[in-house]
Amino acid sequence: MVPTQYYVILSAILFGLGVFAFIFKRNIISIFMSIELMLNAVNLAFVAFSQAKGQLDGQIFVLFVIVVAAAEAAVGLGIIILIARNRQSLNVERVDLLKL
Amino acid sequence: MSALSAFYQANAFLILAVVKIALLMFIVLTVNAYLTWFERKVVAHMQSRWGPHRVGPHGLLQPLADGAKFLLKEDPTPAGVDKFVYYLAPLLALALALTSIAIIPFGPDKLNVFGHETSLGIVDLNIGILALFAITALGVYGVALAGWASNSKYPLLGGLRSSAQMISYELALTLSVVGVILMAGTFNLREIIESQYNARWGILGWNIFPQILGFLCFYIAAVAETNRVPFDLPEAESELVAGFHTEYASFKFAMFFIAEYTSMITVSALCSIMFFGGWLSPFPASWTFTQFLPSLILIPFGLWVIWDGIRYETIFGKVILPGLGTVIAGLGVLFILFPAVNHFVQGPFWLLSKIFVFLFVYVWMRGTLPRFRYDQLMAFGWKLLLPVAIVNVILTATAILVRSPH
Amino acid sequence: MSLSLILFFLLATLAVIGAVSLILQRHPIHSALSLIVVMVALAGLYLLLGAEFVAAVQIIVYGGAIMVLFVFVIMLLNAAAEERTDISKIANSGLILPLVAVLTAFLGVTIARGTEFMQAAARAPGQGLVLADTRALSHMLFTDFVYPFELTSFLILVAILGAVVLAQRENQ
Repeated sequence: MVPTQYYVILSAILFGLGVFAFIFKRNIISIFMSIELMLNAVNLAFVAFSQAKGQLDGQIFVLFVIVVAAAEAAVGLGIIILIARNRQSLNVERVDLLKL
Repeated sequence: MSALSAFYQANAFLILAVVKIALLMFIVLTVNAYLTWFERKVVAHMQSRWGPHRVGPHGLLQPLADGAKFLLKEDPTPAGVDKFVYYLAPLLALALALTSIAIIPFGPDKLNVFGHETSLGIVDLNIGILALFAITALGVYGVALAGWASNSKYPLLGGLRSSAQMISYELALTLSVVGVILMAGTFNLREIIESQYNARWGILGWNIFPQILGFLCFYIAAVAETNRVPFDLPEAESELVAGFHTEYASFKFAMFFIAEYTSMITVSALCSIMFFGGWLSPFPASWTFTQFLPSLILIPFGLWVIWDGIRYETIFGKVILPGLGTVIAGLGVLFILFPAVNHFVQGPFWLLSKIFVFLFVYVWMRGTLPRFRYDQLMAFGWKLLLPVAIVNVILTATAILVRSPH
Repeated sequence: MSLSLILFFLLATLAVIGAVSLILQRHPIHSALSLIVVMVALAGLYLLLGAEFVAAVQIIVYGGAIMVLFVFVIMLLNAAAEERTDISKIANSGLILPLVAVLTAFLGVTIARGTEFMQAAARAPGQGLVLADTRALSHMLFTDFVYPFELTSFLILVAILGAVVLAQRENQ
């Protein structure tokens, strides 16, 4: 049996990579994908804890997170398509009309 | 010899699994090849043509010729493609299609191989039907990525169409089996089949009667998922050349082809399992004489093939066809002579017959139905199929609630 | 080393490689493919943890719907490879990598030292090997968590409306 800590450390690593990608990537779709990566990392921790405690709550939370992620993807990608239409670019740094 | 048998005894599970996988792969690929022959023949006869008839008697060796052609043709890679994704896409499509068939159980009884029992089917998962949906859900990448990686406009359009179509119809596909799952109370395919068993009335226990709405939604959505006529917009010849696989040649094209036919088999198997009782006989359990049905079909068919072979024009046909007929009729005789064997083949016989009927319906639709227009396709999926599937779920849940004791 | 440990390390390596590749790839499609690898690896880990249903949902919804949507949008917008502009000061300061690494290490070490129940779980071997019963999961979802469940349906409705509004072209 794999110790729960292993899962949690893996989850922390994936979350860290997600944060890094979020800051480092310049393409708005890639940035959105790094958010999904972070959500996935959190899900892993949830399932690991659920198994460690022998309770199913954690898995239910994961189901909710997945639902929220699906809703978020629908709206987020809609916004991205609008941005791409209006700005002709997917680079976040080109979407800066409010900046002086 | 004893060392060999000791090794077998120690690793029986692994060895049997590998053998079963190899056998299933071989059978599925052969069936795929002959499915193309079957499709061409049936469509040809629907259109008053002969279909393939030059290579071998009745064109029976045509699949071999096609296979050799696919292997030997030049395999150009167009300039400007994304190499990695371009090679990945057909592999992905084929691998996922072949994986999905591993979950299908083919018969109820366990087979005893040198002292180890093994079931017909490679894996038996608690979440069988969900796992199948998971694999089909990933299947869209093969098509979408092929369209994108080709770096060409028609494949891109085909890939876009297919990913939109497959996401849309996946909802209806998944929702339409919820009724069956509610009635069976399990995701396991074997248990779903067992739940349809009715010793007294046979066919009346099948899910098709209470779940007729679910079945219609499922079959239509499944045809759309496999990108077949009338939902073959991703590869519509008259509009998109060949759609997502325009830029693929030789064996990479064959991989898409095999993947498509394999998913046809999977979908047909799933239809039989979910709605038509899988390996269950349609007759009441008391009608024991129906167990001679496999022989009753095989022997006359074998005799007919022999008779047809003797009259055949070419010498080759005069030799091959009677031989084939003898084998078929011999199988029928074998089943009569050995009751244990006959009992064992009952399950697979019914399941395979049902699969065959659904495959025929696939071909039949290809021979008759015109293609959808794109907006019609979307409107049909979202405005008709999805609501009907949801209504089916609500009706089934209500019926179960009303009929439950408390 | 037991089979489950070997499987864990295989899948964990796959997930980390996928995540790193998500960062390194320049083209959004390659990033999306890397993320799909991460998701499939995570589904494998869920199976290892006995969460069958969650594993299936992970692949069906994340792999089969959300990521297909991403790929679809990338194809639709015909997104080209990412350009590395130097406008953002944070992203180019060279500080984020160490910063994130330190934060992650801190998080990892804190958690790895273990809370009480994790140590309890380690002392009771075999507990996690029980496959989570999908029936129990659904029972819980529709009794204890029925209000959050209904709320998510409302959330999805809002998301659908939002997507429709966004997709609508303004008619002049």
